[in-house]
Amino acid sequence: MLRPSVSVVLFSAVALGSFFVGCSSNTRTVKAASLKPVSDRKPAPDFALKDADGRIVHISDYKGKVVLLDFWATWCGPCRLEIPWFIELQRDNKDRGFEVLGVSMDDNGWEDVKPFLAEMKVNYRVVIGNDETAQIYGGVESLPTTFVIDRDGKIAVVHVGLTTTKKGFEDEVEQLLQPASKVALDRVFVPAFSLRPR
Amino acid sequence: MCLPFLFAQGSGHLTVGAIHKVEGKRNASVQAKIPVTVDAGFHVNSNTPSDDYLIPLKVIWTAKGALEGGELVYPKPSMEKVGGTDKPLSVFTGSLDILANFKVAATATAGPGAVAGKLSYQACNDRMCFPPKTIEISVPYQVD
Repeated sequence: MLRPSVSVVLFSAVALGSFFVGCSSNTRTVKAASLKPVSDRKPAPDFALKDADGRIVHISDYKGKVVLLDFWATWCGPCRLEIPWFIELQRDNKDRGFEVLGVSMDDNGWEDVKPFLAEMKVNYRVVIGNDETAQIYGGVESLPTTFVIDRDGKIAVVHVGLTTTKKGFEDEVEQLLQPASKVALDRVFVPAFSLRPR
Repeated sequence: MCLPFLFAQGSGHLTVGAIHKVEGKRNASVQAKIPVTVDAGFHVNSNTPSDDYLIPLKVIWTAKGALEGGELVYPKPSMEKVGGTDKPLSVFTGSLDILANFKVAATATAGPGAVAGKLSYQACNDRMCFPPKTIEISVPYQVD
């Protein structure tokens, strides 16, 4: 009588798992080359800044989510180019554990920023930055400077200036949003013959 | 608020050259030339930017001494598609001269002096922008 070996059963389980993870998720599999390896990522420094409603926002409030932290200003042309990309990213991914958080470096604060946000129909949270925040994020010498932060609150990639495309941001966010199991299955092939019954 | 820190960190991307001394008798009209150079690959918004949110290049006088007036004549800006914008922006690039027209006060005392002012601007290149910056300027004069 034919009796399936343990290795065959395990192989089938892994293969089926891959199949179902792939089919049950509506996400695409991407690999953003720009993302730092997990072991090289540093925690995003925490801050306490006010949003347009006067509520204090900490970056640590977002732990468990992928965050696109964008330092920008109303007077910055390249920043304005990116904002519609971020509006789209927020709209498409907010229910998947993703948030865009804008940090405006406008000297006049909400006086300039509020009308701008309304004009651009910005759908994500924005806070007003300060010297201290810029300093803890490495100086932020030019704008835009964008940090993409993983679910563990660690900085996965930094873009100083307009150094990537809309697709580039989409791929980075997508990769960070992929379930760990899917990423693992995409990255690691576990040969069935290496699994031995006890 | 947050920008002084950024000033300290960023480079200027614009320089003001030597402003030559102007000389005249009481009630005479004199003109000063403020030579400005924007670094290659960078631009600054003109004195009349295309958009209310953009920060203009402008000169203001803080102390005029024995001179009066100081009306400024900016060069004609160029309209350029820069920094990924879909519409052209009114910018200055390269070298330009800003002219300042003064009149020597009727009551001026003969001798040297200097008009003090500030030139403010905000620079960008195609990929990024730098915080607004202000440079102190001085127009030397001689009342004859």
